Amino acid sequence: MSTLLIIAILLLGFIVVFQIAKASEYVSVLKGEKKTFEQNNKINGFLLLAFMILGLIGVYWCNELYKGKILGEAASDHGEKIDTMLYITIAITGVVFIITQILLFWFSFKYQYKEGRKAFYYPHNNKLEVIWTVIPAIALTVLVGFGLYYWFKITGDAPKEANVVEITGKQFGWIYRYPGKDKVFGKKYYKNIDEGKLNQLGLIWDDKAAHDDVVTNEAMYLVVGKPVKLIINSRDVVHDVGLAHFRMKMDAVPGTPTTMWFTPKYTTAQMKEKTGNPDFEYEISCDQMCGKGHYSMKGIVKVVEPAEYLLWLAKQKPNYVMSNPELETKPAVPVATPADSTVTAAAKIAGSNSN
Amino acid sequence: MSQEVNLHEQVGAMTTHEVHHDEHHGHHHKETFITKYVFSQDHKMIAKQFLITGMIWAIIGGLFSVLFRLQLGFPNETFPILEDILGKWAAGGKIQPEFYYALTTMHGTVLVFFVLTAGLSGTFANFLIPLQLGARDMASPFMNMLSYWFFFIASIVMVSSLFVQTGPASGGWTVYPPLSALGDASEGSKIGMDLWLIAMALFVVSSLLGGLNYISTILNMRTKGMSMTRMPLTIWALFFTAVLGVLSFPVLLSGFILLLFDRHAGTSFYLSDIFLASTQKALPNEGGSAILYQHLFWFLGHPEVYIIILPTMGLVSDVMSANARKPIFGYMAMVGSMFAIAVLAFLVWAHHMFVTGLNPFLGAFFVLLTLLIAVPSAIKVFNWITTLWRGNLRFTPGMLFSIGFVSLFISGGLTGIFLGNSTLDIHLHDTYFVIAHFHIVMGVSAFFGMFAGIYHWFPKMYGRYLNNTLAYIHFWITLVGAYLIFWPMHYQGLAGVPRRYLDFSGWASFNQFDGLNRFISIVTIMVFAVQLLFVFNFIYSIFKGRRVTTQNPWGATTLEWTTPINPGHGNWEGEIPEVHRWAYDYGKDGRDFVPQTEAISPNESPESKH
Ligand code: HEM
Ligand SMILES: [Cu+2]
Ligand SMILES: [Cu+2]
Repeated sequence: MSTLLIIAILLLGFIVVFQIAKASEYVSVLKGEKKTFEQNNKINGFLLLAFMILGLIGVYWCNELYKGKILGEAASDHGEKIDTMLYITIAITGVVFIITQILLFWFSFKYQYKEGRKAFYYPHNNKLEVIWTVIPAIALTVLVGFGLYYWFKITGDAPKEANVVEITGKQFGWIYRYPGKDKVFGKKYYKNIDEGKLNQLGLIWDDKAAHDDVVTNEAMYLVVGKPVKLIINSRDVVHDVGLAHFRMKMDAVPGTPTTMWFTPKYTTAQMKEKTGNPDFEYEISCDQMCGKGHYSMKGIVKVVEPAEYLLWLAKQKPNYVMSNPELETKPAVPVATPADSTVTAAAKIAGSNSN
Repeated sequence: MSQEVNLHEQVGAMTTHEVHHDEHHGHHHKETFITKYVFSQDHKMIAKQFLITGMIWAIIGGLFSVLFRLQLGFPNETFPILEDILGKWAAGGKIQPEFYYALTTMHGTVLVFFVLTAGLSGTFANFLIPLQLGARDMASPFMNMLSYWFFFIASIVMVSSLFVQTGPASGGWTVYPPLSALGDASEGSKIGMDLWLIAMALFVVSSLLGGLNYISTILNMRTKGMSMTRMPLTIWALFFTAVLGVLSFPVLLSGFILLLFDRHAGTSFYLSDIFLASTQKALPNEGGSAILYQHLFWFLGHPEVYIIILPTMGLVSDVMSANARKPIFGYMAMVGSMFAIAVLAFLVWAHHMFVTGLNPFLGAFFVLLTLLIAVPSAIKVFNWITTLWRGNLRFTPGMLFSIGFVSLFISGGLTGIFLGNSTLDIHLHDTYFVIAHFHIVMGVSAFFGMFAGIYHWFPKMYGRYLNNTLAYIHFWITLVGAYLIFWPMHYQGLAGVPRRYLDFSGWASFNQFDGLNRFISIVTIMVFAVQLLFVFNFIYSIFKGRRVTTQNPWGATTLEWTTPINPGHGNWEGEIPEVHRWAYDYGKDGRDFVPQTEAISPNESPESKH
């Protein structure tokens, strides 16, 4: 009903606007084309100037409105570099933006049609053109210089002491793997994947190194202040590990593992305090279109103190044990609880036919 | 009725006529409705066919965005009317995820390819190349006609994909595999994806037929005296555009063919190590590379964005110069920068792939080359601004849209400098920052350039004017609306808000923009309504607009304004005029303008060595 009303109002608006437009055409014939043109030109010239002034105020206002909503301080060392780079770029492009927009609209206003004004025949000027080739080139060189300096720092090799964690994307959730005490990831093969047997990653049990690997869907635990290197995989389509607070991002490509590393600066608890938000979590967002559940493909990063990390790790049962319950004397334990939007392996199977 | 003359007879048989006599011409050739309006080989009619088809597509594509903005702006509300119209896609009055993604995918595909490539180049290349160069038609009018009809069939196939049961393609306009290769990974990757690929293949054929024709016409069919450096910038722009298209579309086609093989022939070009949750099965494919597709796609994809923007740069240059009553500043620099852009456009594609695991060392070269491409862009902007300086500006609708174009191109071009810097792209890739960047610099800018062209050349196309008042309303609401919609998205992007999300309620990091999203959606609807107003103005004015009474209503120098008000097939009634000077003698020696056809007089100040 209300939709119909809106459509009716729109239609009415159309008709009114059209009638006015039509009438103004007749009026202009009466008034004489030249007079109408001059009037319109004045109005539009004024509007162009007004647009520029209000626009620049609007930009400032928008900035005030939203600067508090953009994630705050970066939570990783690389993130700090990226933020510095961002500020350098905003400064340079901001100056260019303001100057060029002002010139554009000011000239439009200033040189609007005037009876008898002669346009200046000014086809070219080599000196000017060289100037505005060279100046942007210099500014861009500065930006490239800073950019690449940080880029190589960020994408360079991870420090030797870094923790290594594997993260694998699937439709629609994340799987985390820790290498266990031996610090070596066991071999895996995708054709071994068997969710019924809780082997989500297709680990090869013949490889002893796989026996102590911990696999979980719960959350990615990281140690504060300690570099971490992520090995990123996908089980099906391209996903992307997006870590907005750390300012990091890397695609997860099936068949071609990728990596990234960074050092988290604050624990989740510290961030809860810093942001004043008791529900704060570091979220992993999937940043590459991966199907209908893309928008809900969330993971959680828990950044904790070293002691807490050890405690957590000690509580984790290796995937090998979970997958082969007969090895255990105790009754089988259910899989780790799922993170918000991910689904446990078992539930996934039950629900998967709807895809 | 305007006179349609057979092209070949005309050249020999025609004598010089008064311009106003175009309506009563010597020999009448009966043309049927079919040959005149449907299977026409007249470049002007083909241009109009492209334009009108493009406009229909633009309405469809725009409507899609209104629908998905409803979801983004009002994620908790239901719209029962949608269920009535769309059925299961909007079950319970809520847009379903599959449908949301189908909408965004189709929105992107339609606007990038069908509107801003075919609709834009198809219209202005066909219309202006022969008219501004002094040719009676394209090098091959028949190929030209085929180009339109391939586009038409492509359109039909694309539209048909909207009606299949599993829905149209829904993997984003870039259709990355494996998602797009595997029907089991997504509903949209079933038959809808095949139709998408077929439509795009037909589209590529259309675009190649058109492009080759434009290139050969520009190289071979210029009238006497029309050296390359006397061509209007529009023609240069269309020339570079056509070259880009001819060189890059085949690569895209090859990428699509490999994708079709992967889908149906069991090959593994893009597929490797895949286990699908929906079927609980591992696929046999091993050894393929999903990234290979992205290289093939962006090797076209990046030039494609220039295929869209270059023609509008040309149109804007000419419209601006004519209405500033002043030559375009730095003609040779304008040509040179377009050439630089065209070359560099092929060398920057991997800036879309900084975070795919691309070798960082290789990435560094792409950073360098990407930021290099900002230099010619900057030159163009400064030249436009200088063109306005000390002019005598007439704010015709075409002029206003040209000024708006430059403003938007600055805003969007500057954010390219953020994204081209790989360090920043790590954070900004696939966020709303990218959405803001390319909508401003490509989407809205290109539309502004296209509107400038339509308002400026409509009198030549239909012998009537568009209504001015409606045009001003159209301009101002669109300009303000475009900034209101896309400017705040930069902030969402800086906050890391990912693109292609239909609901942020589950996210603690991204749910702080609810009010903003609603605001953007409301503005979107208003801006869309104003576009409909434009369409209405367009259709109404074809039949009822104020008549053009003079041959050269804008006082422009270029050749198209030496044709009769309603030119027939063949364009000029008598001999094709000869050209004696460049296209920008506005305000020279105190004269308002000097047409290109006027011979250089002995006491004229020397021709600018542009
Ligand atoms: C000043 C020069 C420019 C630079 C340095 C630049 C840089 C970039 C970069 C690096 C990206 C990738 C961002 C990402 O996905 O993370 C990008 C995206 C894009 N740019 Fe630009 N750009 C420039 C101008 C343009 C122009 C003139 C157009 C079109 C007319 C354009 C259209 C696009 C489009 C369509 C995308 C997004 C494609 C997608 O992912 O869907 N850009 N730009
Ligand atoms: Cu995803
Ligand atoms: Cu690009």
